[in-house]
Amino acid sequence: MNIVVCIKQVPDTTEVKINPVTGTLIREGVPSIMNPDDKGGLEFALQLKDKYGAHVTVITMGLPQAEAILREALAMGVDRAILLTDRRLGGADTLATSSAIAGALRTMDFDLVITGRQAIDGDTAQVGPQIAEHLDLPQVSYMADLQYDEASKTFTVKKQLEDGYQVLEMQAPCVVTALASAVQPRYMTVSGIVTAFDKEVEVWNADRINVPEDHIGKAGSPTSVFKSFPKQLKPAGQTFEVSPEEAVELIVNKLKEKHII
Amino acid sequence: MNLAEYKDVYVFAEQRDGKLQNVALELLGKARELADANQEKVVAMLLGKDVKPLAQTLIEHGADKVLVVDNDLLKDYLTEPYTEAITQIITEQKPSIMLIGATTIGRDLGPRVSARNRTGLTADATKLEISDDEAHEFRMTRPAFGGNLMATILCKNHRPQMSTVRPGVMQKMAADASRKGEIVDYKVDFDTKKIARVKLVKTVKEEKTVTDISEAKILVSGGRGVGTKDGFGKLEALAKELGGEVSSSRAMVDAGVMDASRQVGQTGKTVRPALYMACGISGAIQHLAGMEESELIVAINKDKFAPIFQVADLGIVGDLHKIVPMLTERLRTMQK
Repeated sequence: MNIVVCIKQVPDTTEVKINPVTGTLIREGVPSIMNPDDKGGLEFALQLKDKYGAHVTVITMGLPQAEAILREALAMGVDRAILLTDRRLGGADTLATSSAIAGALRTMDFDLVITGRQAIDGDTAQVGPQIAEHLDLPQVSYMADLQYDEASKTFTVKKQLEDGYQVLEMQAPCVVTALASAVQPRYMTVSGIVTAFDKEVEVWNADRINVPEDHIGKAGSPTSVFKSFPKQLKPAGQTFEVSPEEAVELIVNKLKEKHII
Repeated sequence: MNLAEYKDVYVFAEQRDGKLQNVALELLGKARELADANQEKVVAMLLGKDVKPLAQTLIEHGADKVLVVDNDLLKDYLTEPYTEAITQIITEQKPSIMLIGATTIGRDLGPRVSARNRTGLTADATKLEISDDEAHEFRMTRPAFGGNLMATILCKNHRPQMSTVRPGVMQKMAADASRKGEIVDYKVDFDTKKIARVKLVKTVKEEKTVTDISEAKILVSGGRGVGTKDGFGKLEALAKELGGEVSSSRAMVDAGVMDASRQVGQTGKTVRPALYMACGISGAIQHLAGMEESELIVAINKDKFAPIFQVADLGIVGDLHKIVPMLTERLRTMQK
């Protein structure tokens, strides 16, 4: 079985601060990490490797420094690591990103593609399903568990919903998007860390993926950011020292005004 | 793509087990506003099995037209048949704007539809507007970077302009039984071979055993001023009336009055409910860090110098033990 896991390097958003004057993100000193849902997906892949001897490849699209998360994945036990990096791929929205990654996947053999459900810097949850669509493959998102039947090459996937879950079956090749909360990712091993730096990280550019120029990068992005701004701080409210009856009136009116009741 | 051919605001009317989801009605309320700004129509897309009786509700909440796609293949939500139905509607009807609730269903359907139709999709929008200049541009605003930043997104040259929209943010219209609308039985040609690639084995409903206060839309929160389990009983009655949950400051957890899973603050949970009612909470900095992003903060405290009043939208200096039960009773009579 061949598995490809799509991962992304993201700023740890719990550490992100906003410059109150310029309204821009302060990126200095913010650690870059492997996106948590992607790491969960990687753990699922490594468990399939433990059980069935699957060959696991990780691929990321990003800046050259994204190599760090590929090294981390190698230290966790993956077999192959690919860095897709090219200026021509920059400024991509989710559609252009998924087009580029799907292009890379088209050149590879796989039974299963795993992505994280969403990345913590954008929270869109779009790239996984869009990759599946570009490849014309079936997909299940919000994957909380995954079983595999070797004889029939069938995956049984538990899909998390707000009020329960679904159990779905699909045959390879297919795509799933994984939830970080579903699994505890393994640590890098000492020997893994040592060998991770001996292994090759393949660097691919846009010529490798054979996707039309108008489907990648800025040109391939239907959406554009008109403006971005820090969440507005609200002005301080009013405080009243009144009788309980009046207090109840004030609260009820406020709840009505804000459509709470 | 001739953009002028594309018009009207389409809403995915999500239903589960024949029950319309709240977010569908919220989207209709917003769609009505957007459509009126462009003198266009609101069209609801109602997909499922035996769902036609729901169409009237959609009209009462703002739809001018309901496209009903009724098919066995649409009984439970599955990515492929739903994507095929929406795609056929896009191809034939040419919508200008399409809104989908950002639920686990909408966030699965939206990207698949956008990729099949090669158009843009904004995720989890919290604000949608038509610009009031000549361009009449559709602007979609959403949080990014874990809510630290807001971004306004455009989809200039592709149609439909798609957005998933966070549930609980938009306002639904009051139902108007006199509203008139058109109900259309819409036929879709399904690719059954493609649909068969994913098989639904079962759907399981789960009752949540542990309440996650960070998911609650309304929190009635108590601190030292509440004092006892009996005191929290008053808060629980109010929370029940508001359809919310009870949370707590650290003091009440340390005192063994409340469970740690309900603690708000730096060492507890960070919450951003639509309403945070702080009762008898002084507002230590560690507590404020966990709740100051709440959309509406109402604070009741005896001490008029309590720091909680600096972050509250509405502050009441008074006795929560009197005010909370009176408020509960008032809400109860309003319901009747």
